[in-house]
Amino acid sequence: MTCLETIQAYALRSMGIGERLLPQTDFTLCQQITLIGSGMLWNIYFGTIALVTGFLLANAVAVARNSHRRWLSWPADWFILIFRGSPLFIQFFFAYFAFLSLKSVHPAFDPFTSAWLGAALVLFLNTSAYSAMIFYGGLQSIPKGDLEAADAYGLSGFARWRRVVWPTTMRLAWPAYTNEAIFLFHATTLVFFSGFPAVRQRGDALYYASYFADKTFNPFVPYPILACYFILLTLCIIGVFGLVNRRLNRHLPGERRARLRLRPAQLIR
Amino acid sequence: MFDFCTDPSELARLPWLACYLTTGKHMAIYWSVGTVLLLLAITAPVALAFGFGGAVAARSRFAPLRWLGKGYIAIVRGVPDIAFFLFFVIALDQLFEYIRHRVKCPEWENSVWQGNDFIVCQEAKLPLSSAPQWVHEGYGFGLAVITFAIVFGAFAANVLFGAMRAVPHAQLETAEAYGLSRAQTFRRILVPQMWVYALPGLSNLWMVLVKATPLLFLLGVEDIVYWARELGGTKTPQFTAYPHGDWRVWYFAALLVFYLAMTKVSEWLLGKLYDKLSHGQATASGERLRRAEVTA
Repeated sequence: MTCLETIQAYALRSMGIGERLLPQTDFTLCQQITLIGSGMLWNIYFGTIALVTGFLLANAVAVARNSHRRWLSWPADWFILIFRGSPLFIQFFFAYFAFLSLKSVHPAFDPFTSAWLGAALVLFLNTSAYSAMIFYGGLQSIPKGDLEAADAYGLSGFARWRRVVWPTTMRLAWPAYTNEAIFLFHATTLVFFSGFPAVRQRGDALYYASYFADKTFNPFVPYPILACYFILLTLCIIGVFGLVNRRLNRHLPGERRARLRLRPAQLIR
Repeated sequence: MFDFCTDPSELARLPWLACYLTTGKHMAIYWSVGTVLLLLAITAPVALAFGFGGAVAARSRFAPLRWLGKGYIAIVRGVPDIAFFLFFVIALDQLFEYIRHRVKCPEWENSVWQGNDFIVCQEAKLPLSSAPQWVHEGYGFGLAVITFAIVFGAFAANVLFGAMRAVPHAQLETAEAYGLSRAQTFRRILVPQMWVYALPGLSNLWMVLVKATPLLFLLGVEDIVYWARELGGTKTPQFTAYPHGDWRVWYFAALLVFYLAMTKVSEWLLGKLYDKLSHGQATASGERLRRAEVTA
């Protein structure tokens, strides 16, 4: 099998398209690179879905937590505590077994026991909690002058939030949020190790990497390949988020612009 | 466990739960909580030591050492930590066996890599196949500790590296003006002062470490996740006196509560520690403590 044939057979294997059987013997480097790359599709899928939907919920939760009304801030507090205070790994397990139990009650829960929906839901809630905490921090550190200026212009209610509070929150929270995005994508590797089954061996990048490591007893090839893919993905995320950061800060004079400084240990879970 | 558990008539009522939760197998899950705590107790200082080494290396004047330190810090950022966990457990195991293989069987001619197999001579196997069960478990646990320490050492190195840079420069200049050498400045001025800057990062890291402990399960250690799956699974009357359906969701709910409690307790303790370290420091929280004392 030439490398081109391998790519044709396995490039979309993680989606169930192509060769049915995974390679069993005589593993080539090309097979490993292709299959692990194919698995990255799952990581990108989970990360993107959770990031986009989580962004919306996170904003809502952050505003709720900042509210003076107890019935709004109290649930937001608990939501953040539960999802930030417990390991994502346990959340996956719990959700999977909960959906399994619910499935026997009502067939509507059937799709939740598969990774594409169930795991995506857990990741969505989890990243919402972490991002909400970041956005809440941003809300808290809005300069007082900005709010006073908004009042002076006669802005109130939603217009005030839309035109002054929200853009400033985003600007302040963006570097930390970039970190969260990176670690969200890293967290997607947990999905297929936590109960959610990889149906017909359709797994993510780490699933295939550990498949090769188990078969060849040689961890020194598949895991570095996986590492390269993730470093590339991380660089892409930093690139995209850097562009957004430039746009958010475009009104500021050059030296006051917040540079995208990334602090790894701040936000891992 | 309890005497009344032998009386069948009691089993229909609430004491049944007490009997159920104290079966021999359940004792194993309580012991595995000890495993988790032991892992935390050993890993935290070792990772801190790794981190300290990494941070010092990253600040070194000797370029290759500096690159090594910075590379160590950077690599963990780009790659998911569980990839490291899965990698190091095999890689370290093979490294140890390979070293023992070279020492114990020098006459062995074949390569240790044969096709898809990794083969070392019988005497070099770790642990030896004749070793008792606890050695096997201890070896697996030891590998897990080293792996955790390497990964979290990199995160700690990053925090400490930042903290060392956060110490006001005037402090170091003053030390120099007093004629202290570079090593003395490091030991007497920089290290004692950096902790208060490092603490927010380190406490975050502790939380992350606590939340990473369920990954022990992936490293093949029989930890709480293993037992929760084991005990919660459907049991038929053939195998146990307490048959039940799929209760795994309840076991994992209990684990969630356990970890939430761990987080809460840690937060409280770290808050206390932060106040203690801030005492007399030239930081905002140090100033707050000073004011509170003056008014009191």
